[in-house]
Amino acid sequence: MATEKKIRVLLAKPGLDGHDRGIKVIAAALRDAGMEVIYTGLRQTPETIVNAAIEEDVDGIGVSILSGAHMTLFPAILDQLKKNGVSDIVLFGGGIVPNEDKLALEKAGVKRVFTPGAPIADIIDFVRTSVKRNRSDEKLM
Amino acid sequence: MSEKSIKEAKAASTGETSSQAKSHQQSSQNSSQKSPKPKKFCTISDVEINRLYTADDVDSSALKDKLGEPGEAPYTRGIHRDMYRSRRWTMRQFAGMGNAKQTNERYHYLLAQKTGGLSVAFDLPTLMGYDSDHAHALGEVGKCGVAIDTLADFEVLFEGISLADVSTSMTINSPASILFAMYLALAEKQGVSWDKIRGTLQNDILKEYIAQKEWIYPPRPSVRLVTDLVEFCVKEAPQWHPISISGYHIREAGSTAAQELAFTLADGFCYTEEAIKRGLDVDAFAPRLSHFFNAHSDFFEEIAKYRAARRMYYKIMKERFGAKSEKSLKLKFHTQTAGCSLTAQQPENNIVRTAIQGLSAVLGGTQSLHTNSMDETLALPSDKAALIALRTQQVIAEETGVTNTVDPLGGSYFIEALTDKIEADAMAYLDEIEERGGVITCVEEGYFQREIARASSRYQNEFESGERVIVGVNDYII
Repeated sequence: MATEKKIRVLLAKPGLDGHDRGIKVIAAALRDAGMEVIYTGLRQTPETIVNAAIEEDVDGIGVSILSGAHMTLFPAILDQLKKNGVSDIVLFGGGIVPNEDKLALEKAGVKRVFTPGAPIADIIDFVRTSVKRNRSDEKLM
Repeated sequence: MSEKSIKEAKAASTGETSSQAKSHQQSSQNSSQKSPKPKKFCTISDVEINRLYTADDVDSSALKDKLGEPGEAPYTRGIHRDMYRSRRWTMRQFAGMGNAKQTNERYHYLLAQKTGGLSVAFDLPTLMGYDSDHAHALGEVGKCGVAIDTLADFEVLFEGISLADVSTSMTINSPASILFAMYLALAEKQGVSWDKIRGTLQNDILKEYIAQKEWIYPPRPSVRLVTDLVEFCVKEAPQWHPISISGYHIREAGSTAAQELAFTLADGFCYTEEAIKRGLDVDAFAPRLSHFFNAHSDFFEEIAKYRAARRMYYKIMKERFGAKSEKSLKLKFHTQTAGCSLTAQQPENNIVRTAIQGLSAVLGGTQSLHTNSMDETLALPSDKAALIALRTQQVIAEETGVTNTVDPLGGSYFIEALTDKIEADAMAYLDEIEERGGVITCVEEGYFQREIARASSRYQNEFESGERVIVGVNDYII
């Protein structure tokens, strides 16, 4: 049964930003919560991230950006997903993102943007819930 | 985007708001019920602290040798006899954003506010050696600092500022030699001779592998480039500091205070060793080495860290490298308050955190200081926040009276015991690094990275479990 399959998440650092403390903490937390986590490492392009997500057949992509490039990089990843006809992978992320940008990104299709101080339990809950929702959508189809 | 997905996005964001409100409520209730006493009393770096420190905790017969007088070996109490009575620390605010012209305007503004020196933040493409129109630079141009692609950009950056009159700190590592060449070219154009320019290059590649990750080449050839710059400055730009050996990023990546101290010193000793291997006399370049530390929130631990740093540096430069010049034996350092301690929640509280952190750096005897802006967890600092950050230092300098005497906490049972403890912990790390084959081997094998990740995860767990309270984040929530 699909719901018993482990949730698979690709965590990625796009752009040139090298701040990876946050994403490593998230990687460990999602793993400890029983998920399969793949971390791309630093300096990925939107294209390599989406390609990796497709190849790894993940349920979600989590992206961390602390450089201020979020308004370019998140939409570029959404574009890549669209270009590849992918509709069953949830995109979420976190970083230093001003609130108005967060709202704009969430409107544009990023499922959730977490900002500094977000409790890890909330992030885990979010991934579980959104991925479950995602899979039930799939079943309906 | 379809109407349906907009609705979903709305539902998701509403869901977040209500669930957050719920968890806030719960933790507020918890805070009023729970006992205020934690099970153990530890610093932020997990060093256990006693109920009371007495004369028994300090070896009084050794104290005189361990402290010395300010301005005298082993410099525990400070590198100058009169410290801030004769010369205040330099208030050096790191700034850079957008294009060169915008940053130039910020510099003129900061100089008008009586900032003491300039500090250039470059954007990520510049830090990584890419032009602004390179594919990897997508979205990053001018975001975390100023974009410099050409000498022409560099000339705009310093327009109206004579390089003879300012000291300039440039936070640049992998392409440090290129940016420094631009600075030299600009000096030449302004008619300022190279022996008159003053400032600092970060040029500390080792901490890039350990923490910040902005490296381009592998460790060994990179260290060779660093050594080239040291050699060049000794010969051509003697007032320039060719390396700022940086613990700041190591701490931001999640290390403990002792790790920050040990890994930073180890990096500096690695460069020292390489320069000596190059045939340079230690006393020819060591006076131009400077360090860069973090000021985190654990007040006394930080003060003890700076004091231990000076004492360890003195001892090792003298005993291991045979430095003789007084200037080679004195550890000079810049400090920046801890960006990672700032919170997006109730951001005004960050002013208070920064003030306390800045005070610890001053009590620890720093030579220069950057105080963070309260809004850095939300976005690039606003003018108002940047001004408050500078004013925070000016309040410490002008109003608190802490500059009236040198090392005011020296001789405190607690401070001396804690200084000894951090020194012992850091020395144990230095020994471990040697046993593992030295700094570069440890970098290649991921030793530092693992140690930091472990410390960072311990801290995160303490926070998640509520054992460690961050005001406004997991308690005292509005």
